Amino acid sequence: MSTYIIRRLLLVPLLIFGVTVIIFGMLQFLGPVERSALYVRDFPKNDKQIQGIIRKYGLDRPIYEQYWRWLVGVKDPVTGNREGGILFGDFGYSRTASQPVIDIIKNRFPNTLDLALWAVFPMLSVGIWLGVQAAVHQNGWVDQLARIFSIVGTSFPSFVFGLLVLIVFYANLQWFPPGKMSDWVSQLIFSGDFHQYTKLLTIDALLNGRIDVFLDALRHMALPILTLSYINWATFVRVTRSSMLETLRMDYVTTARAKGLKESDVINKHARPNAMISITTLAGFSVVGLLGGVVITETVFNYPGIGQAAASAAQQLDVVTVLGFAVFNGLILILANLVVDILYGFIDPRVRLA
Amino acid sequence: MTTTTAPTGDNTLLREARPERKIGRIERVLGPENYRIITGLLKTPASIMGFILIGIYILVAVFAPAIIPPVGSDPYKIPRDGFSGEPRGMGTEWKKNTPDVPFWYKAITGKDEWVHILGTAQGQYDIFYGLVWGTRTAFRTGFIVVVSTVLIGIIIGSISAYYGGIVDNVIMRLVDVFMTLPFILMALILAAVLTPVIGKSLVPSIVALISFGWMGYARIIRGDILSVKERDFVLAARVVGVQDYRILFRHILPNAIFPTLVLASLAIGDVVLSFAALSFLGIGTQVGYADWGQVLSFARNWITSLQDYWYIVVWPGLVLVFFVMGWNLVGDAMRDVLDPRMRGKS
Repeated sequence: MSTYIIRRLLLVPLLIFGVTVIIFGMLQFLGPVERSALYVRDFPKNDKQIQGIIRKYGLDRPIYEQYWRWLVGVKDPVTGNREGGILFGDFGYSRTASQPVIDIIKNRFPNTLDLALWAVFPMLSVGIWLGVQAAVHQNGWVDQLARIFSIVGTSFPSFVFGLLVLIVFYANLQWFPPGKMSDWVSQLIFSGDFHQYTKLLTIDALLNGRIDVFLDALRHMALPILTLSYINWATFVRVTRSSMLETLRMDYVTTARAKGLKESDVINKHARPNAMISITTLAGFSVVGLLGGVVITETVFNYPGIGQAAASAAQQLDVVTVLGFAVFNGLILILANLVVDILYGFIDPRVRLA
Repeated sequence: MTTTTAPTGDNTLLREARPERKIGRIERVLGPENYRIITGLLKTPASIMGFILIGIYILVAVFAPAIIPPVGSDPYKIPRDGFSGEPRGMGTEWKKNTPDVPFWYKAITGKDEWVHILGTAQGQYDIFYGLVWGTRTAFRTGFIVVVSTVLIGIIIGSISAYYGGIVDNVIMRLVDVFMTLPFILMALILAAVLTPVIGKSLVPSIVALISFGWMGYARIIRGDILSVKERDFVLAARVVGVQDYRILFRHILPNAIFPTLVLASLAIGDVVLSFAALSFLGIGTQVGYADWGQVLSFARNWITSLQDYWYIVVWPGLVLVFFVMGWNLVGDAMRDVLDPRMRGKS
């Protein structure tokens, strides 16, 4: 196991290198003046200033030197402060939001995390349950229904589904509003009576003992959670179904049946745990995907997570900001994938040996 | 005492059990395995429905000028009936920039002049026009992206499988890196980066989708080549001294490529979906370009009053969903046919 983990850990710097090179490559589409936004707050006003900035931050240096500076930043010779350096969390300055990119991320990431936290359970449980049912009753009506459901689900883009859900549940029924919280909650937070321990609204509400705030937060998240779950259910149903069907054909399942075990025990204790192995990877990917900020869903519901921030920066062609998000996302994904892979090694011994 | 009949060497029974199969010309050209794939696809009701859906869209794309004639010089610009921000409902009068009345119009609607059949979006863009001409945009982008990603995938996959060793390792790690990145976000970012350089058009989104879409094909092709490489006819070719690159391109690739090509052609649905997602997020084409995601994105500013303006979401949404569903239905049947456990059945 430890060799597996070490081998997997050795891959991390490689992945970081690859991801940063790709993103740095995209940065090269910009001129030196635009790239200066990585380091300075305002657009340079005259030619002399531009030349000064270009020289100071080495924007005219060879490409590998620039890459290194971008990665770790430069020490200012006078003050000794580090400037730039994405690996140290300096992702540049967002001119559309008028604040450093890292501050936007700090504000937005808890929201994304909050949403991910509540979306994981419905997303995984319903899809897997439906898939197992479909496999157990193969070619029965549950199965047919699940297959139709999964075809329709994979054909439904999240933004179409999200907008349709909004028409029904918000515009017509007025049940679930978009956004993140009601006005009175934001006033409450602004007034200072509400302590933000974790910055995750639902958790904070519980810590403050404010059930009403908690319910308000959930009410706002209901539709995004439904959308995220729905588009993932389709895939989960399909994968669970086929993996479960395969397992049910195994000899040990026949043996279990031959021993006279109850059918529910055969399915729940013998077949399902083994069918789950291949679903773990998919589940890992989906959860990791949630962490990266779900660009489209957050945009549709106007939910202030990092995905929405990235989309709106991209819309305004604020490239430095967008690339900052890309780096952050890449790093998060690399870490999350690492965790998933290691967990996977624990679950399935075959992975370790491969 | 039992009498056993002596074996006569007559195998009529056997022959009757498995009558000789006629091998048609198509099967001869495609080869038995590929022929099985094609016929398998045409058998299930789901995939036939998929083909019908795709067929309808192809007809709409081909006959777009007959369905709603273009207004002005650029047919992909949705005609605007004025500039007011407020969307107008279905069946409202079309005052300015009216297209010519086509032959079918009067017979079906019973009206002499164009109305906004599906209403207008903000800025008075006609939704019906956008959807009809958007079909062409969808096929165009889907086709370009799929062909390019497959080509890149084939080239990189074959290089990887052909050279093996360190080249293979480096390329596959590169594929890993690309696969780590979240597809839609990266495509969004690359399109945003390219837009100031190239200008607002279809190109940035297409390039973005290609750049982050080739990895899957590279992997599949590499795997297929590696498995075909072990077959006897490759060994035979090697024995008679055929050059390596000729073995790769004339012997291995043609035998490895067909399933990938079919799968790829079915990916058009997904590509169009991603493309629509990018336009929905406001990246890519100019405002008013006939493209489904663009029409949908008009709804974004009206989320608080969607009970009145539902038609901006529902019609483009359905058009997009049925398009993707058509390809998915065929794709699903395809996966069943390609599944090795299904081989020999049917």
